[in-house]
Amino acid sequence: MEETTVLTMGVRFVRFKLGDAIAEIGRVTLMYRDMLRSVAGKLPAMRLIVDQMNTIGVGSLGLVIIVSLFTGGVAAVQAAYQFENVVPLRFLGAVILRSVIIELGPVLTALVVGGRVGASIAAELGTMKVTEQIDALRAMGINPIRFLIVPRVLAATLMLPIITIFSDAIAILGGFAVAVLTIGVSAGTYTNSLKDFFYTKDLFSGLFKAFAFGNIIGTMGCFYGFATEGGAEGVGRATTRAVVSSCVLVLIVDYVLANVLFEIIFAKS
Amino acid sequence: MIAIRNLHKRLGGKSVLAGVNLEIGRGETVVVVGPSGTGKSVLLKHVLGLIQPDSGSIVVDGEEIVGRREHELNRVRRKFGMLFQGAALFDSMTVGENVSLALFEHSDLDRDQIERRVRERLEWVGLKDVENVKPASLSGGMRKRVGLARAIAMDPQIILYDEPTTGLDPIMADVIDQLIRGLQQRMGVTSIAVTHDMHSAFKIGDRIAMLLGGTIVFNGTPEEMRNTREPVVRQFMEGTSEGPIQPV
Repeated sequence: MEETTVLTMGVRFVRFKLGDAIAEIGRVTLMYRDMLRSVAGKLPAMRLIVDQMNTIGVGSLGLVIIVSLFTGGVAAVQAAYQFENVVPLRFLGAVILRSVIIELGPVLTALVVGGRVGASIAAELGTMKVTEQIDALRAMGINPIRFLIVPRVLAATLMLPIITIFSDAIAILGGFAVAVLTIGVSAGTYTNSLKDFFYTKDLFSGLFKAFAFGNIIGTMGCFYGFATEGGAEGVGRATTRAVVSSCVLVLIVDYVLANVLFEIIFAKS
Repeated sequence: MIAIRNLHKRLGGKSVLAGVNLEIGRGETVVVVGPSGTGKSVLLKHVLGLIQPDSGSIVVDGEEIVGRREHELNRVRRKFGMLFQGAALFDSMTVGENVSLALFEHSDLDRDQIERRVRERLEWVGLKDVENVKPASLSGGMRKRVGLARAIAMDPQIILYDEPTTGLDPIMADVIDQLIRGLQQRMGVTSIAVTHDMHSAFKIGDRIAMLLGGTIVFNGTPEEMRNTREPVVRQFMEGTSEGPIQPV
């Protein structure tokens, strides 16, 4: 009897969560539709977009530099350890290069920026919602979606690939420093390896992913910010949801894009 | 100017507005009073189309606004200025940017004209040299005044006030009341104010309506209200916990 109850509760819980998730996807889709409608004929002022690009992009650079530097360093140490007696160390640069520009650069940048920017967007918009600032905009006849959401989503989408380029370069540099200073690979060997194994399609796929991740981060931050209900507690909840959902979505979309890009688009080249 | 007819709205499974009827003539100031949580702010937000009713009609200046799309409402909303309960100033912007935002968005005025207008409207509400200050560093009374300056920046035909004196000391509340009265005379605007502050209602209203249980239970001049024998109105005016209105 007890088992059935637990089972029924489990099924009910899963069904409830699944229904919740589907409803959420529907609401995000509707927000997207409203975003597209709101910019039809009139884009938001350039100043608003540039402001956000500055906050999201330039503001995240310091954190991204630190994360990337150590990511490159760790990649070098790990690769050297795994190569031991199996793969010659002249391939070290190539492994770091390709793993960074295809995977580590875009994904780690997205996770770090997602945490920082997703949270700040959700908290800012959430606070604006609970203090009636969004109603005040509507009362003035200003479309809050065009004024608040579009610049943020656009800025995040455009800035993430740019930050990712920085992140890639710094991670490769971090790998270089560790390889040369502690592993004993010569500078020439490392750079030659980089040159020999650089493929434009790797860089393109990494940046394409970053573009998608930027869009996810901006959208999730804005969506949960706008959906905030009920005071400070609601703002906290919105912030957590924005960060968690953007991180999870980044990883899911990363998997999907890895398949689409390398199994379909670049499969034969 | 504004006609609200048979307005119904349920929120969170509770009936908040249950057939509200209210007419506001051009140039008139109507104050809607009632206990906290009776849906006064909800009513005000319906007038701007910020909330859509379940049923009923709201006609503003001959135009039905119920069921209108957001972009159509945006056109109607330019006739309005609204002072929000907590002033709802944009805290990422300076006072000047707050007051000028709608002007930059909707008017053809150039930067100089806008700056002059902002200075003028801030002076109307008794503020000087605060354009570059962020709202966070202002007192409650000053925030309300900036909110008021922002509400009148576009020369609205109708001004809505949501609890204009709540949270202010009695002297500042009187300052705000005087400002509201002054603006009515200066701009000839139509106004709706919602408040539970009877003192303020008597000072600013040409007419006072009382919202209770989702409907308007009294509608008359301040004089008529003072002399009414209606028990619910008397209890609310006198501010006693004993009577037909049960405190929640």
